Amino acid sequence: MQISGAQMVIEALIAEEVEVIFGYPGGAIMNVYDAIYQQSSFQHVLTRHEQAAVHAAEGYAKASGKVGVAMITSGPGFTNAVTGIADAYMDSVPLVVISGQVPMSLIGTDAFQEIDAVGISRPCTKHNYLVTDAKDLPRILKEAFYLARTGRPGPVHVDIPKDVTAQVALFDYSKEVELETYKPTVKGNMRQIKKAVEAIANAKRPLLYLGGGVISSGAAQLVREFSKMTQIPAVETFMARGTLHHADPLLISMLGMHGSYAANMAMSETDLVIGLGARFDDRVTGKLSEFAKNAQIIHVDIDPASISKLVNAHFPIVGDVKNVVESMMMLAKDQVDPLRYGPWHNTIANFNKLHPLSYTEEGDRLKPQWVVQRIGELLGDDANISTDVGQHQMWTAQFYPFSRPRQWNSSGGLGTMGYGFPAAIGVKRADMDRISVNITGDGSILMNIQELMTAVEYNLPVINVILNNNFLGMVRQWQTMFYDKRHSSTDLSIQPDFVKLAESFGGVGYRVTTKEEFDAALKDAVEKNVVALIDVVVARFENVLPMVPAGGSLFNMMLEYKDK
Amino acid sequence: MEQARRVISVIVLNEASVLSRIAGLFSGRGYNIESLTVAPIPDSKYSRITIVTAGSIKVVEQIIKQLHKLIPVLKVYEHEDLVEKEMAMVKIPLSESLGDIEALAHAYNGRIVNVGSDTLIVMVADEPMRVGHFLEAIKRFHPKEIVRSGSVALER
Ligand SMILES: Cc1ncc(C[n+]2csc(CCOP(=O)(O)OP(=O)(O)O)c2C)c(N)n1
Ligand SMILES: [Mg+2]
Repeated sequence: MQISGAQMVIEALIAEEVEVIFGYPGGAIMNVYDAIYQQSSFQHVLTRHEQAAVHAAEGYAKASGKVGVAMITSGPGFTNAVTGIADAYMDSVPLVVISGQVPMSLIGTDAFQEIDAVGISRPCTKHNYLVTDAKDLPRILKEAFYLARTGRPGPVHVDIPKDVTAQVALFDYSKEVELETYKPTVKGNMRQIKKAVEAIANAKRPLLYLGGGVISSGAAQLVREFSKMTQIPAVETFMARGTLHHADPLLISMLGMHGSYAANMAMSETDLVIGLGARFDDRVTGKLSEFAKNAQIIHVDIDPASISKLVNAHFPIVGDVKNVVESMMMLAKDQVDPLRYGPWHNTIANFNKLHPLSYTEEGDRLKPQWVVQRIGELLGDDANISTDVGQHQMWTAQFYPFSRPRQWNSSGGLGTMGYGFPAAIGVKRADMDRISVNITGDGSILMNIQELMTAVEYNLPVINVILNNNFLGMVRQWQTMFYDKRHSSTDLSIQPDFVKLAESFGGVGYRVTTKEEFDAALKDAVEKNVVALIDVVVARFENVLPMVPAGGSLFNMMLEYKDK
Repeated sequence: MEQARRVISVIVLNEASVLSRIAGLFSGRGYNIESLTVAPIPDSKYSRITIVTAGSIKVVEQIIKQLHKLIPVLKVYEHEDLVEKEMAMVKIPLSESLGDIEALAHAYNGRIVNVGSDTLIVMVADEPMRVGHFLEAIKRFHPKEIVRSGSVALER
């Protein structure tokens, strides 16, 4: 069929079974928007900022397991989107980002709204394309979706000059993707897997170290079974929250900088790390030379470049976590004795008893950790939880009772303030039957506050719970601890009236200072079913603990902080 | 950690942005490039890029994996048993002794390739280390300009 480049974009999205895209129009992408106007196969959600469009697509992708799609114009539209693209790259989120570009004849002339978009996106995408002829567009779009979702997932950027969207050419989407240079290894090497299972059978203190790859590969259920069958305890990275049920006796907790004492001690004491889809990030390992010093390391990852990048793996296995765990289970059934780890379980139970994750109540002041726990008690499995970046994010990762994969959605690798609200809008769009909650900070929420309008317009009610400490709290905490309390530019005493702010957009707002008020506000927000800001006044100087100071060893945690 | 010179060959799809992807990977991750050559492989849609770099074994392993990760990269070899050659050209004033220059070039697989009105150009092609020696030796003929091609290599 002979159609325009703009129509090809529509046809490709339809062929990929896209039901929603997030975007913002402008000059260079207008032909495509004109084609969007004339179709009814998918919805276009107009966010109020391009960064938010990409974050919304990320939230949608993470909650649904599908490829998220964002669309933006050239120049400032694209540069606004870069933070979102980089965020998706760091957290391996499958996205296709389509941007308009100035016409081919103007490229290189410093034309109005021209920017070297593929030059900018190159280091923060899995792959990118500048389309120079409409006849390439079907192949490129098909490759883009394929690359985004296969192997280690990630964002793929397609930059289309305006004249290419007007050019008419043959559209044939039936050709299979043929990429001689891209063949991800999905099945693990059986010899290596056998050796790994032998090591598991011989270990005394094995530990599952679960990363975000378990969730993105759809292996969470299998990993739950594997852990149950073998009775091997598990720690989760920040990205992997929800892999095991919070009440699973084998789940120790999150590890790393703000992980639990028990999780970090287990990692320090284990004799065999079974790393699944985790990448030994510096926020997880602490001081590398002291990390899991007593252990051999099995490392399963789809990305060969992640293996032995930071920690040397004794059993490197390149493959999809799901496939590899499946093979491991077949072998482990007969080889691994689930009863042999009793003493190890006792050791871990002792760690847990010694220093459980905790906080202290102080009179009537609301503690942020209480708020997180309370949301968990009231909404639990019925909510999907997003966050922004800061203390509130860590408290949520520590204290929310996650019960399933894809319930948790937060910016891990890039740590992008402003991520939470638009991402929670995308989550809501992917899972309309559940309540979408964004636990945020008084700093972060203002970084994409304009999305109140999107949530109202498209009826995507997100409940934003602001843990309001009148501070850029996480930075304030470091200033308190490591900069002698010089709270440089972190005091947010000057604040908007969040209640009026929400109302002015057509949402609902609450200002909350007590437990009773919080319960009432949350219940009311759920009932009203419109976008909400719940402004919760919490203890200002609360610190996130325990903590491994940057560069310290996991077994050397700061368990409490005494104000000097 | 022990730093050693390494030669890496990368076979890539011959497409517009591929060189910037490779160069960007090196600069973005802080790897150094001593030399880089690139040319199409005849009768194919691929090019061969030869990169000389320096790093520990661990760093070079990472470089190779990261190169593999780039979508248009087909193969990456780190050469162990290789034949490596480099070319250099040197511009020298005509006032110098032609015979001596010719003899020196000859010892390094080279010759005088151009004689102009007041300068001549001599070229050599040899192992990179020997090219270095040649460039030392040629100094006494007061070279005006020197260009090195960077290494190309083939596995034995
Ligand atoms: C876009 C961006 N800018 C700056 C930072 C650095 N940063 C990390 S946490 C933080 C404070 C966040 O404050 P708030 O949203 O109020 O959360 P709190 O820590 O108080 O819970 C800052 C400024 C960041 N992560 N992202
Ligand atoms: Mg704050």
